[in-house]
Amino acid sequence: MKPFDYRRATDPADAAALVADTPGAAFLGGGTNLVDRMKLGVAAPDMLVDITGLGLDEVEPLPDGGLRIGANVRNSDAAAHPLVRARYPVLSQALLSGASGQLRNTATTGGNLLQRTRCVYFQDTSTPCNKREPGSGCSALEGYQRYHAIFGASPDCVATHPSDMAVALTALDARAVVRDAAAERRIPVAQLHRLPGEAPEHDTVLSRGDLITAVELPAMPMAARARYRKIRDRASFAFALVSVAAAIERAEDGTVADVRIALGGVAHKPWRALLAEEALRGAAATDGAFAAAAAAELAEARPLPGTAFKVPLVRAAITATLREAAGGPPGRVPGKEEP
Amino acid sequence: MTTTAGTGTAAVGTGPPRADGPRKAAGAAAYAYEYPVADPAYIAPVQATVARGRVLEVDAAAAEAVDGVLAVLSHANAPRLDTGAELSGLQHAAELAVLQSDEVAYRGQVVAAVAAETFEAARQAAALVTVSYEQLPHDLDLSDQRADAFAPEEDHRQGDTAAAAPADAVVEQTYTTAMQHNNPMEPHATIAHYGGGALTLYESTQGAHEVRRTVAALTGLDPERVHVVAPYVGGGFGSKGPLHAPTVLAVLAALSLPGRPVKLALTRRQMFTLVGYRSPTIQRVRLSAGADGRLSGVDVLATVQTSRLADFIEQAALPAKSMYAAPHRRMGHRAVRLDAPVPTWMRAPGECPGMFGPEVAMDELAWQVGLDPVELRLRNEPDRDPHTHKPFSSRNLAACLRDGARRFGWAHRAPEPAARTEDGWRTGMGVAASVYPVVPPPSGSRARVRYEGEGRYRVCLGAADIGTGAWTALAQVAADALEVPLEDVRLDLGDTALPEASLAGGSTGLMSWGSTIHAAAGAFRARHGTAPRPGDEAEADLPDNPARDDYAMYAYGAQFAEVRVHAETGEVRVPRLLGVFAAGRIVNERTARSQFLGGMTMGLSMALHEESVVDPRFGHPVNGDFAEYHIAANADVQDIRAHWIDEDDPLVNPLGAKGIGEIGIVGTAAAVANAAYHATGVRVRRLPVRLDAFLDS
Repeated sequence: MKPFDYRRATDPADAAALVADTPGAAFLGGGTNLVDRMKLGVAAPDMLVDITGLGLDEVEPLPDGGLRIGANVRNSDAAAHPLVRARYPVLSQALLSGASGQLRNTATTGGNLLQRTRCVYFQDTSTPCNKREPGSGCSALEGYQRYHAIFGASPDCVATHPSDMAVALTALDARAVVRDAAAERRIPVAQLHRLPGEAPEHDTVLSRGDLITAVELPAMPMAARARYRKIRDRASFAFALVSVAAAIERAEDGTVADVRIALGGVAHKPWRALLAEEALRGAAATDGAFAAAAAAELAEARPLPGTAFKVPLVRAAITATLREAAGGPPGRVPGKEEP
Repeated sequence: MTTTAGTGTAAVGTGPPRADGPRKAAGAAAYAYEYPVADPAYIAPVQATVARGRVLEVDAAAAEAVDGVLAVLSHANAPRLDTGAELSGLQHAAELAVLQSDEVAYRGQVVAAVAAETFEAARQAAALVTVSYEQLPHDLDLSDQRADAFAPEEDHRQGDTAAAAPADAVVEQTYTTAMQHNNPMEPHATIAHYGGGALTLYESTQGAHEVRRTVAALTGLDPERVHVVAPYVGGGFGSKGPLHAPTVLAVLAALSLPGRPVKLALTRRQMFTLVGYRSPTIQRVRLSAGADGRLSGVDVLATVQTSRLADFIEQAALPAKSMYAAPHRRMGHRAVRLDAPVPTWMRAPGECPGMFGPEVAMDELAWQVGLDPVELRLRNEPDRDPHTHKPFSSRNLAACLRDGARRFGWAHRAPEPAARTEDGWRTGMGVAASVYPVVPPPSGSRARVRYEGEGRYRVCLGAADIGTGAWTALAQVAADALEVPLEDVRLDLGDTALPEASLAGGSTGLMSWGSTIHAAAGAFRARHGTAPRPGDEAEADLPDNPARDDYAMYAYGAQFAEVRVHAETGEVRVPRLLGVFAAGRIVNERTARSQFLGGMTMGLSMALHEESVVDPRFGHPVNGDFAEYHIAANADVQDIRAHWIDEDDPLVNPLGAKGIGEIGIVGTAAAVANAAYHATGVRVRRLPVRLDAFLDS
């Protein structure tokens, strides 16, 4: 690990200015991803600006019925918060499906959004990777692809974003509150991360020095029944092969009045399944319609040989999760799943 | 139970808790890396980034400029080793010839190393060492279609497998198991200290004396000048049996920095390239049988990979030799030499992967002939070892199958595959047999018994407890052999200053060391009687077993699995696992259960998860960390039970114990795959069993 300067931030604006003005500087939250990358040689910051002393660790109701979660709220605290559990249980489910208890106790809300891909080639400095070293090539394109994208990839990068929390936030129309040295702005979480295109080294639309201070969730009555379904090779402590966050509102006639669907494990960003949503609005809330909606989304899928299994898996996962969110028989998961 | 020895008192067969447990829980048991040594230096390896070639230059200038760097070793300046020295059959001299030439034989090979004042400086400097290579084409393509595959030994043949046809039923399929990497909780670690012509190693090893012998031979030091300390070891699973490059690297660094203790612990990622692995296997299995299910032919041909550097052949066709009788049989291996590291032992080498193909094939045969898979196995029980025609010292596979079926509720399974769905999960049950040989303990173990007064005895031998429970079970054996209470026995283990002990491997530990202690206790009583004076002592060697050549000796087991496969997503869960084992006398019921359950859990992990993915373009496992290389986590392990049947086998050794460290992992994966078939009707012949197999495309 390269030696680095360490500063403890005391003011958000100062912290933002310091990082903006210091090439090679980075914010340090829980460190559960950044420090790993530093140990691997994947990240080599010259300066870490520790923001964990800035406060930003409250969960507060908003006047419009929404919720504001500070950037430094630990993942386990966010998942356990009564207001999160009551209004946005899908967020609790997503958080609790991620990582391990130890990691969730350390990882922060802002840091979770900004964790980087777990593509094995990105994490391995002995192999080419455009995201780590622009222009060096994409090893995954013809390599190990189990955790890779089927939507929105480019010839330069087929990596996926690993967050569960961000998938739920995307379905919930959440906004990231971002400040730089001068001002504060809000960015929909669905637009925070970008597709790789020709610049996979950029995960998000943020500039250096942009500090996420909070996440805001708008009021969304149907979120109280929304569901997160994570499908992975191991029963716990594994990244998603595919995950689905889904909320659905049925009209009195049984048709779909409103719906939100976001997918994880399938793209460079949390993937809002807009085509599926569009196909569902006004349709009957039936398994057949759910599957047709999934098919509409999957028409845009461009799987690789190693990710071809994700096409039927996404179809199954969307269908099952919508059914649950719509109040169908909850497919109980046997055995010792995490709470 | 009248013929086995040491039954006069009560320690053996009970379940006293681990003697080393409190020490470990309190952090008082030092592991290799934790020994307090004065002013240590830290080692960071630099690993090859080509899979085959030659090192042209090692540019250490930037590394040497890092504050705290003491030395940068490469083939150009490393101390010379005697790579032609005679080593034991466990060792591969070519693998241990660290920094002795410019040749690169696999990606990840150690091509340089940094020694520095701190771990951080060593790591930072290692990243700054620039190595240039002449890269040569490499070959990492394992397949069973290669013309250059070779037979490491003559195939074992009885009758003519081609003549086994025509049969009423034939199963002919290819089964594959994945590459796996041993990942004990404690990584391979060494502290090496050279000074005054003597070398001290604090080593994470399965055999302190084997380390001493090997290091002495490579360095030319007198073995008496090499002291190896290893009383506590955080797991080994085989990879800490033979030596690997990191131990030698630490020795080289110590020789380069006389007077300075040097420390090397592998990172988890380095564990995936530097200490061996279980070869993937491709098993072509052909079973033929009559309509009654009786086998007429068994043909198992296993293709495995080995290294161009040195051969290690995973004996995957071995277990079929003794399992089931048939007039026409063939078992053989084909091996392909690749530009890969040398494979090594991993828990139940041979039997563990080798019982996957045949035991799934047996399940396929059972469905084909319409027989209960338990009944099919019972019908093919041999009277004598089908391989050697010797009588079995004991063989209780049938009892394990019957007892397991009863305990598991086997009779309640659905009569047809893909018949039951509960809460959206398709459910099924499967069974497979387990086997592990009673490996003849290697000679050379010696134990010392000493009376210390006030009724207390000290029992010494150099054996390494790698977490198996030897600290506890050996004290029980000693207590019974001396006919004293357990609390009056003190053990000293894991040090070459003690009498030599064989390696912890092949499930021989308790048999070997226990039999040796048993003999030493007998010698002590013979010499000093029952009223010894303080300071009286006696030593004895491992006794020969007169029955060894006259009997076939194996432990057996039956494993039952319940599997759920999600009807929509294909997710695979194993809500129940149950094993029944016949492994001779169980010395400590608590640690034995732990061994069986640990083996079964590792078998579950093999069944569902473990797969090292080598990218053939680069040459190394690209998923070499615990986020990507999955090992079963708590949530994967649900209702898991191990039982054993009382088995009295006085022929195996004076203790009547067969060794239990490995059999628990044998057969688990087949039982899971067979249950998945029963649940879904989808036959998975490739490990690991993952959801992809069950998705409608």
